[in-house]
Amino acid sequence: MAGEATKTMSNDVLWGGGRSPFSISYGKMMMWFFLVSDALTFSGLLVAYGFVRHSTTEAWPIGEEVFRALPFLHGSYPLIYVALMTAILIFSSVTMVLAVEAGHRMDKKGVIKWMFLTVIGGLFFVGSQAWEWSHFIHGGGGYVTTAEGAKYWVHNDAHDTHDPAHAAGFHLEPAIEGHYMADEADRVRVSPEESLKIWNERVTYVDGANMERNEYGPPQYANFFFFITGFHGFHVFSGVVINLIVLIMAIQGVFHRRGHYEMIEKAGLYWHFVDLVWVFVFTFFYLL
Amino acid sequence: MERDDIIEYSLDAHHSEEAGRKIRRNIWMVTLLLAVVTTVEVVLGAYWKQWFPESWEMVKLTYIVLTLVKAGFIVAVFMHLGDERRNIRAIILLPYALFILYLLFIAVWESNYVHWAWTTFL
Repeated sequence: MAGEATKTMSNDVLWGGGRSPFSISYGKMMMWFFLVSDALTFSGLLVAYGFVRHSTTEAWPIGEEVFRALPFLHGSYPLIYVALMTAILIFSSVTMVLAVEAGHRMDKKGVIKWMFLTVIGGLFFVGSQAWEWSHFIHGGGGYVTTAEGAKYWVHNDAHDTHDPAHAAGFHLEPAIEGHYMADEADRVRVSPEESLKIWNERVTYVDGANMERNEYGPPQYANFFFFITGFHGFHVFSGVVINLIVLIMAIQGVFHRRGHYEMIEKAGLYWHFVDLVWVFVFTFFYLL
Repeated sequence: MERDDIIEYSLDAHHSEEAGRKIRRNIWMVTLLLAVVTTVEVVLGAYWKQWFPESWEMVKLTYIVLTLVKAGFIVAVFMHLGDERRNIRAIILLPYALFILYLLFIAVWESNYVHWAWTTFL
């Protein structure tokens, strides 16, 4: 971008008062300061996650084993859904930066078009996250443990977790230490009679995820999942609301009368920040 | 309510149709880069581990580097921080980097110790 920020100025002029030494408006600077503080919060959460994961003596769940489902489809698609969510968020970030660019040319139509697409992208992301939460909470059927300390995954055709032993196709599968459910091909089925016997003598039955326990791994795993993705999801939600308000103002021509579209830039900073955080959540929660 | 003692910096960001075309091309190039990096990350996570399980530590390191590359492009190009003055760039990035590097150091150090204590005394 051309203009003030690229001009060479002597320090006496820059810091001499009467002007911003950063050649930046008050609103934009305050948005940046807010984002720095918000970035510290998210970093704190991710570092806390790293701390717990690094210090734990229990087996920690593996991202590509836990997150491998797609809506409406059976089978194993490791990380594809999360990658799709990432793509949606990156593309809504692109439409946002194009809206900012259109604003710099005072192109009202362009701003409205790209802002509208940004809002749609944000809504798709929030919707995707709702599905992922629902899938995470319901789980894949849960596991039982026996008095000898053995662990078996519970399966039935109806995905019934309230009374799984009486649903059609009920059977157990021995769990592999440190891993989430095996792929279809590698599964070993326990016979129905043996399954029912183990089920009736079970010590615990854990299915899905809540704040106290979950079928994936240590309780902290689900707690961090809910808190980190929830906190990020709330940021996306508020970003969509901000973008929607800015879009309505753009349609009404408020910024055009003002002579500049800086409000789009400020909303854009927040929106890109949400994308930025997701890049880190994607790496540290799902990939590593 | 016009005030002549306030400099309107946002007007300086305005550019022509010609300059806009160049900026847009740059934006799409960065988009392509982000998409390619994300695809590489997913392929590494979903398949590389099954093929070459012994190189997983290297992949993890690659992830962190790729993430920092993506973050750099988002901040510099999408958030236009690369176009701002050097003093505002420093004021935003340096205090943050200082806090987080220290936090990372202390978290790695302490979690190592906690892990050692649990495996030794429990």
